[in-house]
Amino acid sequence: MSYEIVCGIETHVELSTNSKIFCSCPVSFGKASNTNVCPICLGLPGTLPHFNEKVLDYAIMAGLATNCEISDELSFDRKNYFYPDLPKGFQITQHHNPLCKNGYIELSSGKKIRINHIHIEEDAGKLIHKDGKTFIDYNRSGIPLIEIVSEPDISSPDEALEYVKKLQHLMQYLGISDCKMQEGSLRCDINVSVKKAGDKELNTKTEIKNINSTSFIAKAIEQEAARQIEVLENGKGVISETRRYNELTQETESMRKKEKASDYRYFKEPDLPTIKISLQKVTSVKKLIPENPDLKINRYIDEFKLSKSQAATLAKYKNVADYFETACENIKNKNFVANFITSQIFSMFNTESEKQKFKVHISALDLNKLMKFLDNKETSQHLAKTIFNQMIETKKSFDEIITTVNTSLLDENATEKLCLEAVEKNQKAFSDYKSGREKAIDTLLSYVVKESNGKVDIDLAKKFFSGYEIY
Amino acid sequence: MSENISKIKQIHKLLKTKQISCKELTSKYLDAIDKYNNTLGAYIKVTDELALNAAEKVDEKVKKGSELLPLEGIPVTLKDNISTNGIETTCCSKMLENYIPPFDATCWDIIKSQNGILLGKANMDEFAMGCSCETSRFCKTSNPHDLSRVPGGSSGGCSCAVSANLAAYALGSDTGGSIRQPASFCGIVGFKPTYGSISRYGLLALASSLDQIGPMATSVEDASIIYDALSIKDEKDSTCFGNVNGPTQIHLNKDINGMKIGLPKQYLEGINKDVSDSIFKAIKVYESLGAKIVPLDMPDIKYSLPIYYILVCSEAFSNFARLDGIRYGHRTNSYTNLEEFFSNSREEALGEDVKRRILLGTYVLSGKNYEHYYKKALKIRETIFETFEKAFKECDIILSSTVPQTAFLHNFKPEDQMEAYMTDICTVPANIAGIPAISIPCGTDSNNLPIGMQLIGNSFCESKILNAAYKFEQATFAKNHKSINMGVNL
Repeated sequence: MSYEIVCGIETHVELSTNSKIFCSCPVSFGKASNTNVCPICLGLPGTLPHFNEKVLDYAIMAGLATNCEISDELSFDRKNYFYPDLPKGFQITQHHNPLCKNGYIELSSGKKIRINHIHIEEDAGKLIHKDGKTFIDYNRSGIPLIEIVSEPDISSPDEALEYVKKLQHLMQYLGISDCKMQEGSLRCDINVSVKKAGDKELNTKTEIKNINSTSFIAKAIEQEAARQIEVLENGKGVISETRRYNELTQETESMRKKEKASDYRYFKEPDLPTIKISLQKVTSVKKLIPENPDLKINRYIDEFKLSKSQAATLAKYKNVADYFETACENIKNKNFVANFITSQIFSMFNTESEKQKFKVHISALDLNKLMKFLDNKETSQHLAKTIFNQMIETKKSFDEIITTVNTSLLDENATEKLCLEAVEKNQKAFSDYKSGREKAIDTLLSYVVKESNGKVDIDLAKKFFSGYEIY
Repeated sequence: MSENISKIKQIHKLLKTKQISCKELTSKYLDAIDKYNNTLGAYIKVTDELALNAAEKVDEKVKKGSELLPLEGIPVTLKDNISTNGIETTCCSKMLENYIPPFDATCWDIIKSQNGILLGKANMDEFAMGCSCETSRFCKTSNPHDLSRVPGGSSGGCSCAVSANLAAYALGSDTGGSIRQPASFCGIVGFKPTYGSISRYGLLALASSLDQIGPMATSVEDASIIYDALSIKDEKDSTCFGNVNGPTQIHLNKDINGMKIGLPKQYLEGINKDVSDSIFKAIKVYESLGAKIVPLDMPDIKYSLPIYYILVCSEAFSNFARLDGIRYGHRTNSYTNLEEFFSNSREEALGEDVKRRILLGTYVLSGKNYEHYYKKALKIRETIFETFEKAFKECDIILSSTVPQTAFLHNFKPEDQMEAYMTDICTVPANIAGIPAISIPCGTDSNNLPIGMQLIGNSFCESKILNAAYKFEQATFAKNHKSINMGVNL
């Protein structure tokens, strides 16, 4: 009998706003324990939360990018429970009216994974177990989170992995989170159950927590599904519980049973008045949203006439895409700019993460000036590369460099003279070219480039070569 | 006497004319506290050094001939649930006996910035739950008018200190009457402004949607001066709007001829005869001043008390969850696991009343009870907003007694808990609706105990009730003011 996997994922994403959600402590990582705290995020008696509106912008961005409806009101609720890392004895979250509802993420297969809702909440502190003692670090307390809750539409470990990676990529692309699973800025709780193929009824599910790398997602689900199938095949029932994935044994193990549904006694947070979300607000946030990578690739292909692989390379990272678009503003031949970035600039980076950060000494505006120069045929590609290299080496601006370089090209007569000379000196290549071997023109072209120190208009030279006859 | 009954103005006059230095004045108050506090139990902590240092600054300013800020040089006490940086803020609970906040409440921050003279922290019912000041961890407070009686609560230390001249004024907090009821019992003015007019930042919350800080003083004019100084929009409190209608002081002496005063019959039911006689006399005074009395029927008012207890207990249950013994406050020594740690710390350090309300709150928010109690209470709260809105279409202000009775004896045990809760019946509706209300003295009962009258206004219409209260005070001060032969007589 074959089984189907039914899986839904709750994804917590830490937002990279400048300050925490309800106080002015900075959002930062790696500080000494309990040094990035204030009376508010420590929940001292008498303190009150003050909402950081940037969080709303970020959360709306996440909602729009995942095709959600945005609520016209923002209100918060208190989720009440006791735990040492929770300084107020309740978490401020959104229970009754989440900000975003009814969205979806489309997988590469075209299948849509529905998103039930996205809500805003505050993070708690962190327990640190050491030498048989427990310490509490509240630095994380009050860091803004969004929780993205999917419907149980995921039916394979690979789909789960693609879904999480897609979310991760999307949030990074929006610039609202760095989504590092290892550091906990993206955390997944995965609900897994199995059912016999064709069955309508869902079986009892378990929840897998503490997965700290995308590489374990598929494995954990696979293992957990296999374990549940074995339980069912042995005529037993799956127990509702929270499990964790053990990277060493590559199996899931039980953390705690879920005997009854927890009662968090939610009620509306009285210290935070409801905020109206106007249509203008949503529209203005929409403008802040970087284009979805898929749409961007299509635009590059259709409007900019780039090749598919070139488009995908440039659109992959937001920093690169932004740079590219500034650099090719008002440029007729966008391929020049694309090539410049993917060859000249990318050759300076050794790793993928350097590419993603895209730290370049030359500003996109400066590259744009250089590209305009090239586009207007005021210089040759060869010279443009020379200028570019000088800009990199000297860290001088385009305007400074251009005054020191003679960029003027040979005029038509001089070009023709040089072309004739090229034919003279490369008779074999010329006759090859004329007998149909297109590639042979390269020898002629490189001759004129070399002899002119790059000051030749290649297109013009090509015209001459194609016009000559063997005599 | 009646032309200058503002203590703040009196003190400022004495300071400016150099009849007394601020340091001398402060010492006088500190000496009086030293002499009377053992008997009265108003203060649980005296901050003499802080007070004298601030007084020195005031004296320097007077020497330079600088103008004095509204609350500059005025000796004040704060209820012990208002956070004071570096000074214990205990809410009179064993739980926070040694808790010292590292920040100031906004209201105290404003007073401090004006060189106000903080004499000390005032006694209160534990976590502001109570109406007699008797649930305090530290001491019993007595009513200066009759030491065998309570000063009221929960701001009982404040009302006692102000009425016995151990402070020129006090800041209390009012969730269901905790400023007005003790003011009424001690024969002083107690003013709960509109919810959100004075910042709650730094006030240890009882019920966040009902709590409001307000002045307790010996005159309406002082209440108005203090309100004007403190009602400032505060970024730290998202529910705080400040004073949206401008200063109230300029409205105090306006003619009230033609003012419509509403008299809801529901507020007059079940009150003590002496109290109701006094209220009817007050109505006569208003009629003689040209006000028009408008009878009102507000049947929905009767739901105020039951929904008040649902809201207070629910919010308190959640607000007090942070008192878990982990970061500050009482921590148990006997536990074998986390759950015992939490429950034993709380069990050992929280009083009966506090536990009762936390349990009630836990209950009304649990499972289906949320719909049956909490959600229903919110709905009824809306109805009460509407009831008042409708009433204020027919009248400018509403008049009632503050409390159905006068100060009761110490250790008075009501027949049942419900009876004790009933003392709040007249004060609670204003908190439910978030509207301003003031209690002013309007006579005495057969035991010569003060009786308080309550004036209620529409949201942010503090000027109207202060105006009406001021006019009444001007007309009756000599008759209603019962001076106490204790403390500092200016």
